[in-house]
Amino acid sequence: MRTLFKTSYDADINLFRDGRHAMWYGLLLAIAIVLPFVLGDFELGEVAHVLIWAIAGMGLMILVGQTGQPSLGHASFLAVGCYANVILQNDYGVPFILSLPIAGLIAGLAGVAIALPTSRLHGIYLGIATLAVSVLTGDLIVIAEPVTKGVFGLYAPQITIFGITIDRYGNPDRFYWLILAVTVIVVLLYKNLLRSPLGRSFAAVRDSEVSARAMGVNIPRTKAVSFGLSAGITGIAGALMGHYTGIFNNETFNLIMSIQLLLMIVIGGLGSIHGAFFGAIVVALLPQAIVFVRDTVSAVAGTSSVAIPGMETAIFGIILVVFILFEPMGIYGRWVKIRTWFELFPFARRDMFRRQRSYLKTERMR
Amino acid sequence: MTALLEVDNVTLRFGGVVAVNKVSFSVEEGEVFALVGPNGAGKSTLFNLISRFYTPVEGDIRFEGRSILDRPSHEIARLGIARTFQNIELFDHATVLQNLLVGRHRHRRSRLWNELLFTPFVRQEERRHREAVEKVIDFLDLQAYRDKYIAGLPYGVRKVVEMGRALAIEPRLLLLDEPASGLSVEETQDVAFWVEDIKTQMGITVIMVEHDMHLVSAVSDRVLALADGKTVALGTPHEVQTHPKVIEAYIGAADPAERAVA
Repeated sequence: MRTLFKTSYDADINLFRDGRHAMWYGLLLAIAIVLPFVLGDFELGEVAHVLIWAIAGMGLMILVGQTGQPSLGHASFLAVGCYANVILQNDYGVPFILSLPIAGLIAGLAGVAIALPTSRLHGIYLGIATLAVSVLTGDLIVIAEPVTKGVFGLYAPQITIFGITIDRYGNPDRFYWLILAVTVIVVLLYKNLLRSPLGRSFAAVRDSEVSARAMGVNIPRTKAVSFGLSAGITGIAGALMGHYTGIFNNETFNLIMSIQLLLMIVIGGLGSIHGAFFGAIVVALLPQAIVFVRDTVSAVAGTSSVAIPGMETAIFGIILVVFILFEPMGIYGRWVKIRTWFELFPFARRDMFRRQRSYLKTERMR
Repeated sequence: MTALLEVDNVTLRFGGVVAVNKVSFSVEEGEVFALVGPNGAGKSTLFNLISRFYTPVEGDIRFEGRSILDRPSHEIARLGIARTFQNIELFDHATVLQNLLVGRHRHRRSRLWNELLFTPFVRQEERRHREAVEKVIDFLDLQAYRDKYIAGLPYGVRKVVEMGRALAIEPRLLLLDEPASGLSVEETQDVAFWVEDIKTQMGITVIMVEHDMHLVSAVSDRVLALADGKTVALGTPHEVQTHPKVIEAYIGAADPAERAVA
């Protein structure tokens, strides 16, 4: 085990603990950058898909993991971002480099608009309120048919940044790099949030609203800011998702997607950036993994390939139940435990991560 | 000398229950003021009134001569009033350091956009907050727990961390709700020394709810005894402890007829 010898407060403020920590993430980024030269077009598309889900996951993580406000309506913000981005480009001729952040901004404002009336709701009640938003989204898209083309859907245009054409199928490497760039920016913003006063006030709202108030945190305002940031980042992911799928309509961003988003960050590990990525890998690659396993099994067994309806949802559900029962901290929690075991070898104890019972916790002043 | 905090004829009812009934007192700058009384006397309710979690149906609360009843609860910290909670309300899934830094929220000068970009100004501010928090850590001997998560800390340490978080606010008035409840004798002695130092070295006025009469008599300048939401006695610790009505409130009426039966 290594012991860090901290000599200044900056050691706790910096993005990376030390040089070695920075090196590992530098290496990860380098691998991510050269990936298009290694992978085929299909695999690269899948990685891009994972990254888009990870961005959406980080958006939701700010709200659920950091601020403790559950949302079952985040597919709506994906939709807002997606539609805003494409409509800005198609109908108003806004270039992609501007339409993407504006789409994020519009989704963020939509988030604030939903946070303001719901700021007094807690837990399951907030979940139900956001669920209603998710249910309404599809209908609203149909009602706004003149702009959104309703059930016929919209086609995402080709992206051009400073004369460079980026097309999902035409040049998947550039498309991938674009998404990677957005991912890195979002990760940096998220990290900055975590190490600044705002991030701490989010955690304060999550853990104890009463004492957050006593510390001078304006609860409704903090929740609205959290909702806004969360929806904004999710909106940007939605815009990218629009370009990824190419075509979308009122049924693309449905309730199932909202639930998938929430399950994704729970499986990945609530409250960590890593969790969003781990969860995204599971959610985005699970359908492919199922197809792969099914084809392999039928090839070995010599039977024809049979698709079992509902297979994906069932496996997803089983994974979730297993995690909630055995590893509530998600994949990231498991990863931390394994890492600690190796770091402390052979001194790791089994009850190391067991939490102390919290004493005398009452909820009477909520 | 003007009073730092004046509670003026304050009444609070929950439905038919009168939790606080026409209570008046004033706390002078630089004193340690204790609230005592049996369970349900309205001590913590008074704290919640001063923190503006509750609004009195009658009466006024003034801090530095100005009414605070027009202020929402999250502005109370900004005025310089800090508090702890009877049942410990820490941020469980954060480290001790992060908990104390939340106490610095009142001093936040950075805004959303520069925090997201983490400009040099934010870094400078973070260093400043950290320095203030380190002073509190030194004062309360919390060095060993700096990077520990609250959820894994023993009860006694949590109690101290909560006091530290209130001190990180750099308040003028500190409300301690049962700072020694559940603590061992040694830990209670530590609390006594700390309260003394908070008063003399930091110049912070303290209002304390406490059941431990040894601690109360050791540190407080004046004591207010409450029972059933009403003021029973106000004076020095000795005066209050020997006041017949206080004794009655705690152990029942000293009725000669009952004694004869016994």
